[in-house]
Amino acid sequence: MEEAGDKSGGSRKKGLKRKAATEELQEAAVVEDGATESGVQPRKVAAFPPGFSTSEIKNKQRRHLMFTRWKQQQRKEKLAAKKKLKKEREALGDKAPPKPIPKTIDNQRVYDETTVDPNDEEVAYDEATDEFASYFNRQTSPKILITTSDRPHGRTVRLCEQLSTVIPNSHVYYRRGLALKKIIPQCIARDFTDLIVINEDRKTPKILLAVPHEVEFVRRGKDPTEHIPEIILNNFTTRLGHSIGRMFASLFPHNPQFIGRQVATFHNQRDYIFFRFHRYIFKSEKKVGIQELGPRFTLKLRSLQKGTFDSKYGEYEWVHKPREMDTSRRKFHL
Amino acid sequence: MAAAGARWNHVWIGTETGILKGVNLQRKQAANFTAAGQPRREEAVSTLCWGAGGETQILVGCADWTVRHFSTEEGRFQGQRHCPGGEGTFRGLAQVDGTLITCVDSGILRVWGDNDKETSSGPLLELRVGPGVCRMRQDPVHPHVVATGGKENALKVWDLQGSEEPVFRAKNVRNDWLDLRVPIWDQDIQFLPESQKLVTCTGYHQVRVYDPASPQRRPVLEATYGEYPLTAMTLTPGGNSVIVGNTHGQLAEIDLRQGRLLGCLKGLAGSVRGLQCHPSKPLLASCGLDRILRVHRIRNPRGLEHKDEPQEPQDPSKVPLEDTEADELWASLEAAAKRKLPDLERTPGALQTRKRNKKRPGSTSP
Repeated sequence: MEEAGDKSGGSRKKGLKRKAATEELQEAAVVEDGATESGVQPRKVAAFPPGFSTSEIKNKQRRHLMFTRWKQQQRKEKLAAKKKLKKEREALGDKAPPKPIPKTIDNQRVYDETTVDPNDEEVAYDEATDEFASYFNRQTSPKILITTSDRPHGRTVRLCEQLSTVIPNSHVYYRRGLALKKIIPQCIARDFTDLIVINEDRKTPKILLAVPHEVEFVRRGKDPTEHIPEIILNNFTTRLGHSIGRMFASLFPHNPQFIGRQVATFHNQRDYIFFRFHRYIFKSEKKVGIQELGPRFTLKLRSLQKGTFDSKYGEYEWVHKPREMDTSRRKFHL
Repeated sequence: MAAAGARWNHVWIGTETGILKGVNLQRKQAANFTAAGQPRREEAVSTLCWGAGGETQILVGCADWTVRHFSTEEGRFQGQRHCPGGEGTFRGLAQVDGTLITCVDSGILRVWGDNDKETSSGPLLELRVGPGVCRMRQDPVHPHVVATGGKENALKVWDLQGSEEPVFRAKNVRNDWLDLRVPIWDQDIQFLPESQKLVTCTGYHQVRVYDPASPQRRPVLEATYGEYPLTAMTLTPGGNSVIVGNTHGQLAEIDLRQGRLLGCLKGLAGSVRGLQCHPSKPLLASCGLDRILRVHRIRNPRGLEHKDEPQEPQDPSKVPLEDTEADELWASLEAAAKRKLPDLERTPGALQTRKRNKKRPGSTSP
C-alpha cells in the first residue's frame, strides 16, 4: 500500500485503481478484466488481509477511489444483467414471464374494511337519504357563501375571488368579526346551502373541516367562464371517502354544461385531495389538450362533523387522530 | 336473516336507518333485521332494551314514536305499538311487569299497559320530568325506579309506584370560582349495583356520583375527563369504575372510588354512541358514528379484541343493555377467546405498548 501512496493522486489515479483492484480482489494474483488496463505499470502487489473492506481505509482520498471503483463495477454488472435479461426475454418471445411490478405505497395499501362495494344496498340507501340527497335528487341547487377569517390578507382574498369564479353560484362576503355560529342561521335563512371559510390556514365548509396544504394560484391570466363545470372525483373508495366525495360534488350545480368544456377535479391520493380546474379541448378522438385555469390547492381531511359547524359540542363522525391513525405508512382512510 | 341464527348473536345494535343488527362475534358476521323489509330513516332506532322473559325479546324504540318488539328466538319483529305523546325521540325505554315505560325528549314519561291490541288507549301513568331529557334509565334492582336527566334538567329519581314527586332530586354543584352557575347537561345515567348511588356523565365532560341515601343532594364525587361532551357510559364488571366515551371517540375508564382516570381505550374515530360492558367478563362493546363495532378488552391487557363492520353504514348505534345471550353462548365465546389468546400472546409488542398507555394516569389519549 505504500507504493500506492507514493503516487500523486491525479495522474496516477487510474494506475492506482487498477492496482488496488488486483490487490483487493484476490490474494492469489488472479488477473481479471482490470488486467487489460493494468499493463500500464507493473507494480509490486500489496496484499490485503482477508475480510478487509474499503471502509476501513483511513485515507479519505484512497477510500473514495476504492469506492468509486467499486461503484463502477456494480453499475457494469447491473447493466450486464439487464442486457442478459432483455435478451432472454426476447428469445422467449411470448412465453416470457410477465414483468414484475414495482412496489409503490399505493400498491401496498392496507386493505381498508370500509371500502365501499358498489352493490352494497345499505350504503346506497344511506346515501340516498343523507343530507346531500336533496341535492342529488336535483331538488336543490347549491348556493355557496365563501368567507374568510377576520382581517384576511391579500393572498386569502385573491383565493376567495378565484374560488368564486371557479364555483358557480357563489358569493364572497367579508367576515368583519362575525361569529361563525351566528352566520350559519343567517345563511340558512337566505337559502345558502354551503359555507366555505378560508382561514389563513384552514378551510371549513358546512360540515367539514379541512386543511389546505398548499395553495398555488395559476397566474396565467385565463379566467374560467360562467359555464357550469363538470366534476371529476377520483379515488374516493372508503365509506368516509364517499361522504367527502359527495360533499364536494354538492358544491357544484348538478347540470354540467358541456359547452363550456370546463372540468373541476378532486383527486384523492393517499388521503390528500388535490383540486384542479381545467378547460379541455378534443383535438382528435384520442388527443385532448387541457389548459389549467383557476386555483390549484391541496386539502387534507381533519374531521367530519355531524350537523353544522360546532367545534365544542358537536358530534364527530370522523376525527383524524395522528397518533392512532398514522402509525402505518400504508393505511389510508379516504 | 336466518331465523335460527338470531339466537347466536352476541351484540345487538340499532342504527339510524332503522335496521337492527345482530352481530355474531364468533363467526364475525352481522345480520340485519328490519321491520318493514326496507330500511327507513323514519324508523331510526333511538333506544334498545331487553323485553320481558329473560333475554329473548328486544324492545326497539324508533323515531316515529313506535316501540317494536323483536324476538331473538325467531329472528323477526313480532309486533309494535304506537306510543305517542310529547316531542322528540325516545330517550329511555324500560319494561316492568308487562308494562312499558317510555320517556321522550320533551320530558313526558309514560307507562303503557300490556303490549297488545289496545293501542288506542292512553297511558296508564304520565309524568312530566322536565324538558330536554337526554336519558332515562331503569334501576335493574328495583324495576319501578327510574332516573331521568338531561340538558338543564337535573337528575331526578322517580318511583313509579309512589307519588308523583321525584324520590330524589339532585342539586347543582356550587358556583364555580368565577361565581358563575355551572350548567347542567346529564347525558347518561347508570345505577350502581349494591347501593343506591347513581353515576352520571355530562356534556361538560364531568362524571358525577350521587348518593340519595346521604343527606347531601349535591354530587358526592365529581371527576372530569377531556374537553368534549361525554356521550355514553357503562359500568364495568366489579362496579368500581365506569367507562365513558365522548364525541371525539375517546374512551376512558374512571375509577369511582377516587375519581381517578385508570386508562384509555383507543380506536374509535367518531362520536361514541353506545357502550356496553359484559356483566362478568372484562369485555366492552363500543359503537359510534364511525360505523364500526369494536369489542375491547378492559384489563390484562387493555386493547382491542375485535373490530367489526357489521355492514357498511351502521350509523349511530346503541348497544342494548346486556349484550349477552345465555351463558352457554358466552361460554362458547370464551372458548373462542381462549383459543384466541395464544394469538394475542404472539403479539406481545403491540400489547405491551397499550399497557404502557394504561400506566400513565391522568393522561388522555390525543
